Amino acid sequence: MFSNKTTAEDLAGVITAAEVKGRSLWSDAAARFVRNKAAVLGAVVLLAITVFSLFGQYFAVWSNEEIDWSIMGKISQAGAPSFANGHYFGADELGRDLYARTVQGTRISILVGMVGSLVAVVVGTLYGAIAGYFGGRVDNIMMRTVDVLMSIPFMFVLILMLVIFGRSIVMLFIGIGLISWLDMARITRGQTLTIKNKEFVEAAIAVGVSPTMIILRHIVPNLLGIVVVYATLLIPGLIMTESFISFLGLGVQEPMTSLGALIRSGAGQMQFGVIWQLAFPLTFFLVTLFAFTFVGDGLRDALDPKDR
Amino acid sequence: MRDLAPRPLVQVRDLKMHFPIYSGLLRRHSGNVKAVDGVSFDIIEGETLGLVGESGCGKSTCGRAILRLYDITGGSITIDGAEIGTLSQHSLRPLRPRMQMVFQDPQASLNPRMTVQSIIQEPLDEHTTMSTAEKREKVFELMDAVGLNRRFASRYPHAFSGGQRQRIGIARALALNPRFIVCDEPIAALDVSIQAQVVNLLEDLQEQFGLTYLFISHDLSMVRHIATRVAVMYLGKVVELAPREPIYAEPLHPYTQALLSAVPEPDPSLDARDERIILQGDVPSPANPPKGCNFCTRCPKVMEICKQTEPDFIELMPGRFVACHLYTKTNETAGATAAHEVKEHQQGE
Repeated sequence: MFSNKTTAEDLAGVITAAEVKGRSLWSDAAARFVRNKAAVLGAVVLLAITVFSLFGQYFAVWSNEEIDWSIMGKISQAGAPSFANGHYFGADELGRDLYARTVQGTRISILVGMVGSLVAVVVGTLYGAIAGYFGGRVDNIMMRTVDVLMSIPFMFVLILMLVIFGRSIVMLFIGIGLISWLDMARITRGQTLTIKNKEFVEAAIAVGVSPTMIILRHIVPNLLGIVVVYATLLIPGLIMTESFISFLGLGVQEPMTSLGALIRSGAGQMQFGVIWQLAFPLTFFLVTLFAFTFVGDGLRDALDPKDR
Repeated sequence: MRDLAPRPLVQVRDLKMHFPIYSGLLRRHSGNVKAVDGVSFDIIEGETLGLVGESGCGKSTCGRAILRLYDITGGSITIDGAEIGTLSQHSLRPLRPRMQMVFQDPQASLNPRMTVQSIIQEPLDEHTTMSTAEKREKVFELMDAVGLNRRFASRYPHAFSGGQRQRIGIARALALNPRFIVCDEPIAALDVSIQAQVVNLLEDLQEQFGLTYLFISHDLSMVRHIATRVAVMYLGKVVELAPREPIYAEPLHPYTQALLSAVPEPDPSLDARDERIILQGDVPSPANPPKGCNFCTRCPKVMEICKQTEPDFIELMPGRFVACHLYTKTNETAGATAAHEVKEHQQGE
C-alpha cells in the first residue's frame, strides 16, 4: 500500500521534472516516411547512386577521356565489360572507359536535376508566396508574367540559346533554371491563397508582424511540405529534359558527358553488338528516375495530412 | 464602474465596412456587400461589451474592422486616444500592442509549424527588445496566467485540446499587455464544459490585467453572463445597445425581443409562459438591404414609416440606445403605444 504510494509519487516527480519535448509536424512526417518501404528503398538507392557518381571515379582504372588504343577498332569483341582490362562497364565506340563515363554522366544528370529544382524551390516558392499573399494587382501582374513565360515553347528557346551562346553546361543550367520555377510559382501561389486566409495569419497581422515576416515565418513554412514533394518529383523531369537536349546532340560538351548523351551514343551503336553501351547508362538513368519518383511519392504521403 | 466618470477606451463612429462585388466578364464593380454599415458605439474602460446577432449580421466583420484587420470603407475608430481608422497598415503596426484579438477557431488561429513557445513569443519578437532568456521567462509567466503547464512550451499546437489551444491564443493576445481585446466568438468552437472554463479565464484575466473586451458571440446566455453592456446587430447595423440587465429584462427593439425569445429556458414551467416570437422570412442580402429600416421586411410591428425612412440611433433612456421608429418622437402615436407596452410589461412582472 505504502510502496504503491511512494512509487506513484516518484512517477509524478519524474513526469514533472522533465520538460516535454514537442513532436513537430516534420518529425511526424519523417516517422511516416520511414514506415513507407518503397520510399525508404528509393532513398537508399538514390543515396547509393549519388555516392557512386561522386566517388566512383576513384575506382576507375581509366579516366573518362582516355582512349584505350589496345581495343580500338575491335570494340565488339574486346570492349565488352571485363575486370581484366579495367573496363568494368565495357568501352564505347572510341575505346573510352564506359564506367568512368557513366560515373561522370550520372553526376551531371543529378546535378542538372538538383540545380533546376533548387532554383524552382527558392525562386518559385518566394515568387508564388509573394503573388498569393499580396493579391490584387501585384498578383495579376506576377502571374500573367508566368503565363506569358509558360506559353513560350521553351524547348525551342533552350535549343536556340544553346546554338547562339554555344553549348555549355552553364548555359544548360541557366536554361533549365529559367523554366523550372514557373510551375512551382503557380502551385505555391494557389497554396498561399488558402493559407493567407487562415486565422493564424490574421493573428500575426493583429500582432503587428510585417508582411515580409508573415510570408517568411507563417506562409513559407506551411508551403514547404508541398514544395519538397513537388521539387522531388520535378528532378526526374529535369533529368529527362537534359537527357533529351543531350540526346539531340546539344547540351553537354565532349569529353564531358551525361546520361542522355551516353544513351544516345549507345542507341546508335547497339546494332553492332555492343549492347552494354546502351544498357549501363540506361539502367542508371531508369533506376535514378524510379528512385526519385518513389521518394517523391513517399514524401507526398508523409507530408500530406489529408491522406491520413 | 460607470459611476466613476466612465472614460470611453474605444470610440467607434459611423463605421462602414463594404466589400465590393465584381461580376460579369469584365469584373466590373457591380455593388457592395454592406457587412457593417454605419455602426457607432463606445466601449468604456474596463467593461465588456457583448456584441450579439444572428449569423451573417456582421458581428465578426465589425470586430475585425475595429482592429483594422480590414481597410475600412468609412467612419472613425479611436482607441485609447489614437485615431486608427485612417492610418495605413504600416503606421498602424506600432499601435498594435494596445489592441489584440482572440479568435474563434483555436485550431486555425495557431500556426501548426510553430511551438507554443514561439507562438506566444512572436508578439514579443516584434515589439520588444527583450533578450531570449527574458522572453522565455515572460512566455512562462503568460502560460501560468492562462493555466497552461510550462512543460508544454516546446510542444506543437496539434498536441493540445481545443480548450488548451484557446488558452494559447489568449496568452498570445496578452503578451504585449493590451488595453483592449476583441474576442471573436472565442467559445463557439469549444465543448460546452470547456466554454465555461474559457469564459471564467477571460473574466479572471480582465480583473487581473484591467482589460476591456468586445465580446462577440451568438450565445445569448453566455453574453448575459460576461457582458456589462450588450449591443444587438442586425444586417450590419446596431439596432439596440443597453446595459445587460435592462436589455434582457425588457428589450425595446422588436428584433431584440425576437432574438431573446429564442433563448431556451431550462425551466419548463417558465418556458410555457413566454411566447416565442417567430420571425417570418429570411435576412435580406447585405448587398441589397431594404429601403428604410433594415428590419422592416420581417418586423412583426412594422409600420408605413419603417419602409420609407431609416430610424435614427437614439438614446431613449440614459444608457439605452435603440434604432426603431416605435420610439422616435416623429411618430407620436407609435411611440406612445410602445411606451405603453413597456409600462404594461413592467407591471406584468
